[in-house]
This record gives sequence, C-alpha cells and structure tokens, in this order.
Amino acid sequence: MIDIQEKLKEIGPYVPAPDDDMLLCRCEEVTKGEIRQAVHAGMVTIEEIRRYLRCGMGLCQGQTCGKLVKSVVARELGVSPVEIEPAVSRAPMRPIEMRILAEDGGERS
Amino acid sequence: MDRIENHPILGASPERKLVSFTYNGKLMEGFEGEPIAVALKAAGVMAHRYTKKKHEPRGIFCAIGRCTDCVMVVDGKPNVRTCITPLAEGMKVETQYGASAKNVEAISD
Amino acid sequence: MTERYDLLVVGAGPAGLSAAIEVAKNGLHPVVFDENARPGGQLFKQIHKFFGSKEHKAKIRGYRIGEELLKEAEEYGVKVVLNATVIGLYQEKELTVRIGDEVKHVKGDSILVATGASENMMTFPGWTLPGVIGAGAAQTMMNLHHIKAGNRVLMLGTGNVGLVVSFQLLQAGCEVVALADAAPRIGGYGVHAAKVARCGVPFYLSHTIVAAEGEECVTGVTIAEVGPDWKVKPGTEKHFDVDTICLAVGLSPMSQLLKQAGCEMKDTPGGYVPVCDALGAASVPGIFVAGDVSGIEEASSAMIEGRISGAAISHYLGYLSKDQLEQKITELETALGSLRKGMFAPENRGKLITRTEENIEVSMNLLEKGFVAEEEIERYPGVKHMVGIHPVMECTQNIPCNPCQDACSKGCISIGDNITSLPVVQTDQKCIGCGMCVASCSGQAIFLVEEESEPGFGTVTMPYEFFPLPQAGDHGKALGRDGKVVCDAEVVSVRTAKAFDHTNLLTIKVPSDMTMKARFYKCAAQ
Repeated sequence: MIDIQEKLKEIGPYVPAPDDDMLLCRCEEVTKGEIRQAVHAGMVTIEEIRRYLRCGMGLCQGQTCGKLVKSVVARELGVSPVEIEPAVSRAPMRPIEMRILAEDGGERS
Repeated sequence: MDRIENHPILGASPERKLVSFTYNGKLMEGFEGEPIAVALKAAGVMAHRYTKKKHEPRGIFCAIGRCTDCVMVVDGKPNVRTCITPLAEGMKVETQYGASAKNVEAISD
Repeated sequence: MTERYDLLVVGAGPAGLSAAIEVAKNGLHPVVFDENARPGGQLFKQIHKFFGSKEHKAKIRGYRIGEELLKEAEEYGVKVVLNATVIGLYQEKELTVRIGDEVKHVKGDSILVATGASENMMTFPGWTLPGVIGAGAAQTMMNLHHIKAGNRVLMLGTGNVGLVVSFQLLQAGCEVVALADAAPRIGGYGVHAAKVARCGVPFYLSHTIVAAEGEECVTGVTIAEVGPDWKVKPGTEKHFDVDTICLAVGLSPMSQLLKQAGCEMKDTPGGYVPVCDALGAASVPGIFVAGDVSGIEEASSAMIEGRISGAAISHYLGYLSKDQLEQKITELETALGSLRKGMFAPENRGKLITRTEENIEVSMNLLEKGFVAEEEIERYPGVKHMVGIHPVMECTQNIPCNPCQDACSKGCISIGDNITSLPVVQTDQKCIGCGMCVASCSGQAIFLVEEESEPGFGTVTMPYEFFPLPQAGDHGKALGRDGKVVCDAEVVSVRTAKAFDHTNLLTIKVPSDMTMKARFYKCAAQ
C-alpha cells in the first residue's frame, strides 16, 4: 500500500512537459498532462484516475490506452508499471447498448 | 486505396455482388458483406468521424472492432463499428461528429 | 433456461479450437464462442509458411492450418457460435454472451479462456490521425478483405509481426518505405528481416517516430535516431512521404475476463496474465487458459497449449484417467518444448545472443540492418562452395524449424534431432536441383546456386512470391542481400508447382562472381 502523502512529497510538484497535450485515451480524449496532474493530485491507482478523468471508460473500454496510461502513471511515480494496481475488471467487457443489457434476465417491456 | 485483384499467395479475390450505399448523401458502391470501412477505403474515405472534444478526424485503426475509432452513423444509428459491420444494399452511412451525424461545430459557426 | 455444456471456450482461435477438438475427442461436449464473424482467430491472416517441425505443421501457411483446424472441429462436432461476444465471466463458471440483441447466460462444468492478445500502441504527435494503423489492421485489410493497407507505408517495429506484415505489404503491392525500431537490434527472426531487406527496404534501428504529419489523414512521417536514453538525437531526423504508418510494437494478453472471474493474476513485463499451472489450470477450479492470453507466443505454440489444456480439462471432468493424461501430456510437452528452444526461446527475450549453438558468431549486420553481410555469410554450415548445382542455406540463427531436412530426398541437408540446429549442407551428396528445399523454407533463406553453368556465368534459384511473375527470357537486375543492384540478370526459368505451395522458383543467370551475391530479382521496368 502506497502512503500517498509520502509518495507525493517524494515525487515533487507537477512540472509541465512539452508533450502534455498528447492524447493517451483516444475515446474520451484524455491527455498525458491530465493524467500526470491527476497523479500529483494524489491518484495513484488506475481505478481512481479513470473515475476522475474517464480514461479507459469510453467506447473501447481501455483496450487501446490501458497500457499507455499505466506506463505514464508508473513513470510519474517512479515505479515499474507492474507495481501499479490494475483497474477493476467488470462486465460488460465490450460496448453494449443499455437497452440490451437492461433486458438481461428480465422481461421484455 | 486500390483493391487487390490478384494476390501471389491468396490468388484472385473472390467474386462478390456490388451494392450501392450512400456516404454523406453521395452514392457509392462496394461489395456486399465486406466491412463498411473497406468499401469506404476503396473509395478513398479516410476520416470516419470527428471527436467530441477536439473535433479531430479518426479512421480505421485496429480493423477488428476493438478500438472503436472507425465508428460512424449507419442508418441513423451512431457508434456503429464500420470495420466489422457488413455492407448491405441501400445503407446510409454518415460521418459521426461526437456521437451524432450533425456537425454541431459547423452549425454554430 | 440457462444452457449447459461440459466446456465453454472463449475464443475460436488456434488455442480455443485445439482445446475444443481435444475434449471432443474424449467425448465431452464443448461450445466455443467468438465475437468475430469468422472463426480461426488470427490464423486466416497468416499467409506465410509456419516454422517448426512436421508435428507443428511446419511449412504449411497459417490460413491453411486454420482451414484444417475448422475441418477437424467440424468432424468432432465442436459447436462454434460466431458473432457471440462474451461480456462477463463468473466464478460459478457462468458466461454472459451477447448474441444479436440478447444477453444469454451459459453454464459450463469447465471454462477455457483463449481470448488471445491485443496490439500494443505507442504515442507520438499525430498518432490519432487516420492512416496510423495497427499492423494487425493491415493484415486484416489485405489478407481478409483484399484491399491494400496503404500505398506508401512506414512500419514501426521489427519483431516478427512487423517483419512478416512488411513482407505481406510488399506481396500486396504496397510500397514499404522503411522499417524503424527504437531498439538497437531487430527483434524478430533474421530470415524474416532478410527477405524484406533484399527487396530494397531499409531498416532504421535505434529510430523512433518523431511525428506523423497531416491534417485530415497521414501525409508524411518523420523518424529520428534515439540515444541509449531513448531521447531523440537532434539533427538525425528523416522524412518520408507516406499515407500509412503501421504500428507493430508488441502484443498484450487479453486477460480481463479472467481477472473478472476472480482468478489470481500477476503483472509481468510480458503483460497481465493469470497464474496457472503447466496444464493451463487457473487458480479458480475449473477455469483453464491457453494461448496468448497466458503469455505471448507463436500460433504453433498456442495450438499445442490448447491441446494440453483440452487434455487437462478432460481429466478434470473424469473423461481421461491420470495415466492417459500423463501419456498425452508427455507427448505434447515434448512438442511444445522443441518450439520453445533456440535463440528466440521465451527465456532469451531481449537478450543479445552473440554466438549460435554451434559456437559461430551471430551476424551483427543481420541484427542491425536486416541482412547478413557478404563477409559474414561464408561462416555458416549451410553455405558451401561446390561444383554443380547445390543449395546455399542462409539460415544463421537457431530457430525451431526443420522442413528443409525432410524436403531433400538426396540427403544434401541435415539438421539432426535438435530442430534449432543450423542446417548443414553435406558436400558428399549430389543435389539434383529439384528446388524442394527452396520452397520448403518458411524463412525463404535457401537458394540453389550453380557457380559455373556456362563459361563465366552461373545461376541462382530463389524463392519468389510476388506478382507480376517474371518470365523466362526477361532481363532485369539482380539485387544483393541489401536490396541494392549488383549486376544485370536474365531469367532462365520460373517454376511453379503445387508442392511448392505458391512459392515460385525463379532462376536467374548472372556472372559467376555474382552467384554468391545475387539474392533477388527486379525486372527492368520496376
């Protein structure tokens, strides 16, 4: 378990980088800079960051950006990507219309 | 982009039925059952949609229905993955802006 | 009512189908779900001949292996449900599957997850532009949908995917302007690199993409050299006009369903994978894995892993005794073990290997430029000078492959029992120039050379898999291993045969001193 206050002290303040405007999450259009800032705001797990910024929560469900976001977070924290707590994995695994999901196990109205 | 008529390993491309469809109101032709995205590519269409926040163009990226970057409005339904949706006679294919066929930015200009 | 099966398989690729066939052979009733419209996973996009040995279906093209698997699945009554997207996997061994406009619940006494892998991506300015595509997308478009992936293409990545897809782009008539890789050395098989390099495609190692250019779509790309710190060295930028940029920067296991089911997972440099035993059993009893989802390997390995898991599942459900299982596993693990040997074995990933198993120095030129230099080629046991026609085997790395040995009925080629050994040309045997070895080599690394067929001239026979096919009497240029013109050449013959399986044998006449240099042919008009 990471002590967030300690970790934030250790990594220092957020310093803007030239490639901060690079898109990482193509679906929700979340930039590298936004993710880096989220880390400095105390979010150190993929779960927190995706709830805050919606990266990985768009149509593709993080299929494309998952690994990219993880590596940016890891670099910002100065740890290996394998040490970053992965996001929770839950159904539906693929995009599906709410209309169809809502009828699962129920009566058609 | 050119279609491959004859391939050194795969041989002649299979004969398929030509069908017509509309792309933003313009009449086009493609082969029945091939992905919509392939028919568009053969006609030289690269940009399938413009993103919601930054209004950037997107097109085919993974071509297997995973990344969802090639989504368009098909027969009035948005978010249709054109790389895995088979082309059918009379389909109405439209560029997707954000999540609709309406270019809100162009209208507000 | 919830449907129930002995085994639910997620993914109808090489691993999933192989497992389903294996359990069906033992009398179980499996069902395979796949989200795609066609089964076979990536096999139908693989148009090259596979490596390995007979038992691994070596020298058969991927899509043919796919056809064989489907036929076998049908014979054993394996039910395959297509356009069926598994959206959830639960510990109670239940799946939720979206089929059409419905979410179905299906229960199984066991579950096999064989979801494969997804392509990694990398970012650079302009990476979201239309025209930047995954290498898998290029394969899908060309080999399934018969359309060029691009007219002018830059490939990023020199692993086997990047190399194989580059060659496929050339076969489809696309121009490949260059291959770039941030790594200092080519990651994939040298033979795959060599067949691209001899067509004249340059390799830029220690290079990365600086930016993709274009407003509405890609119109160009700039690459530049990177230092050991992975930072771009100013002044090393190179620009190419391209309409397509292909990314082949690795694969990651698609293991999310397993995590959702509560299986114990581990994060490794090779991806997020389930913890499983040697037979593919995950931590949740009754849930098994096979193929790339448990770690990236070749399709040949995935098929064996599928069969191992299939045997393990049959035993788990009581359809195979412990003895039967052990016997089966021993046989399959030997087959799998031989594929996992050599320079590209899983434990050698990322390591620089400087000597072959035979203690011969590895060609550094091959690793850095994509072809073996002239001064290096003579040191390999497949390269011999002899009077008359004879094979020259430019196979210089220990990869698990041996079809050439079986192809030669005259005993000119020997590899031995260890399938990763370099092929040796036997000088005491008489080559008849049949060309079976040339066509059998999945790496297209075998040539027939006759150093002096007439005074001052000799012939070189090479594998040729491009259209238009040259014709006897054509005049053109012979290219060297580096893709540069070495001399004029005349086409002597073009042989095609069913046994060659679309690998044409092109024989050219060149001056005698060029027979060890000429390795590709370009007709005069090109």
